[in-house]
Amino acid sequence: MSIPSRPRYSGLSPLTGNQHLLVADGAGGQAIVDMSRQVAPDWFAAAHIIYVVGDASPAFADMPQKLQELQARQWHESPTIASALPRIAKVLADAHMGMRLYLAGTEGLIGQVMQLALNSGMEHSSISTEHRGTLARRLQCVHCKGITEDVTTQPAQCAHCGLWLLVRDHYSRRIGAFQGVCIHAEEPLNIPSAVTSFL
Amino acid sequence: MSAEHLKIAVRVTEVQPVNALITRFSLEALDGSDLPVFSGGSHVVVEFGSCMNPYSLMGHPFNTRSYSISVRRDDAGRGGSRYLHEHVKVGDTGLIGHPVNLFSLNLRAHKHLFIAGGIGITPFIAQMAQLSQPGQRATAPFELHYCAQSADLAAYADRLKGLYAGRVQTYFDNENQPLNLVSLLQGQALGTHLYVCGPSGMIAWVRTTAAQLGWPSEFVHFEHFSAPQPGKPFTVELATSGRSIEVSERQSFLEALEAAGVNPPYLCRGGACGQCETRVLACDGVIVHRDHWLSEEEHQSGQKIMPCVSRVNGRSITIER
Repeated sequence: MSIPSRPRYSGLSPLTGNQHLLVADGAGGQAIVDMSRQVAPDWFAAAHIIYVVGDASPAFADMPQKLQELQARQWHESPTIASALPRIAKVLADAHMGMRLYLAGTEGLIGQVMQLALNSGMEHSSISTEHRGTLARRLQCVHCKGITEDVTTQPAQCAHCGLWLLVRDHYSRRIGAFQGVCIHAEEPLNIPSAVTSFL
Repeated sequence: MSAEHLKIAVRVTEVQPVNALITRFSLEALDGSDLPVFSGGSHVVVEFGSCMNPYSLMGHPFNTRSYSISVRRDDAGRGGSRYLHEHVKVGDTGLIGHPVNLFSLNLRAHKHLFIAGGIGITPFIAQMAQLSQPGQRATAPFELHYCAQSADLAAYADRLKGLYAGRVQTYFDNENQPLNLVSLLQGQALGTHLYVCGPSGMIAWVRTTAAQLGWPSEFVHFEHFSAPQPGKPFTVELATSGRSIEVSERQSFLEALEAAGVNPPYLCRGGACGQCETRVLACDGVIVHRDHWLSEEEHQSGQKIMPCVSRVNGRSITIER
């Protein structure tokens, strides 16, 4: 059992709307392809797909091709999440009520785009999400506030201040990251060895 | 639990006819004390004579000296609004419940879009006052679209246009000024919250249109109070205590329970809040559902009833009580 703030991703499903913004990274592209089987052929005429290639794993080499075949009204490919965010922010800033958002792929992508969406006035409960690919976590150090990406171990070292952090299930929707707290505050000399926990 | 201990004794300090159908009443605490602060969209249950009806508070939410309600005369109803119109005068005393808000602003909204129909204007008057309170944290912009049969029946329209110039748009049926809802809803920026209050047909129209245009339900807020309607008498069997209570033609189910000394929980008495939801064990007849609380499936199932507004067309109903 995880704590209530641990996000749950219930899977992409088509929502009623007059515009659809779909954002995916890595294996998340396949979630969009899978959902395309549930919608009418002209559904993608009102869709904008933004795909982040990510680590360019050869397993997803054909993903841009498969997504382009859906014939979305707009298609964009970004090399990294960071490079996609300004574009997504611009799309959200220009959007009207009736636009629906779909996020698929890593928790890092879902969390960061969700954060932009919440700042644009959307509600998390009206966004369709599906987690695919790595379980690596985006982690905020509660001490120095720095964010470490792609955390796979427990504990994990903060990339900013160097503290060893207990990676909690406690998730901040506002920040789009899990919370990490110093794991050896009471016993400074006792640092548990890091075990790969989030692959 | 009874809400009896939450009642406030009040005196009428102003009775002001607003138009042919609507009269405004101002109320102050009988003992001169302050009334509770409320939030825009709140209502109180008002008790003068034998009827208890919910009315939206339309005064300034931070005015703790007096409350104002606007009452539309409903000649087809059981007489609650008619009693207020015909019998209640300055100086008369009655009871009100504490303010309850079932129609509050979502303060994270980037914009508030209000759609009022007729007397449905009242909660928005308090909400706009709240949003315009000087010294408040910066609040989101708002816009009011107010539909009425005619300019004469559009209570407070001129006053609101004066207070909130450029943010109030009126639509009068008799001047053939329909509200173009689709175009209005399609043009709203992300983060806009929609609020609608008015006749049930209008609320259904706005909710359906918004849903079809892709507005998530979390962004669409509505308030509609039903009034209990008179109907044929029926018998209520209380399964736990084994008692049997008669509901007369002009009584509501809830009022009959109260008259028999049973005090089920209630808040709004208008089928909106869900407090009085009651499980039905058996029913010899058809339940006439008039609430906005239970889902369509729950209405169909016949296993639940909201005694504040709904009743039975038939011989009897057995409830878990």
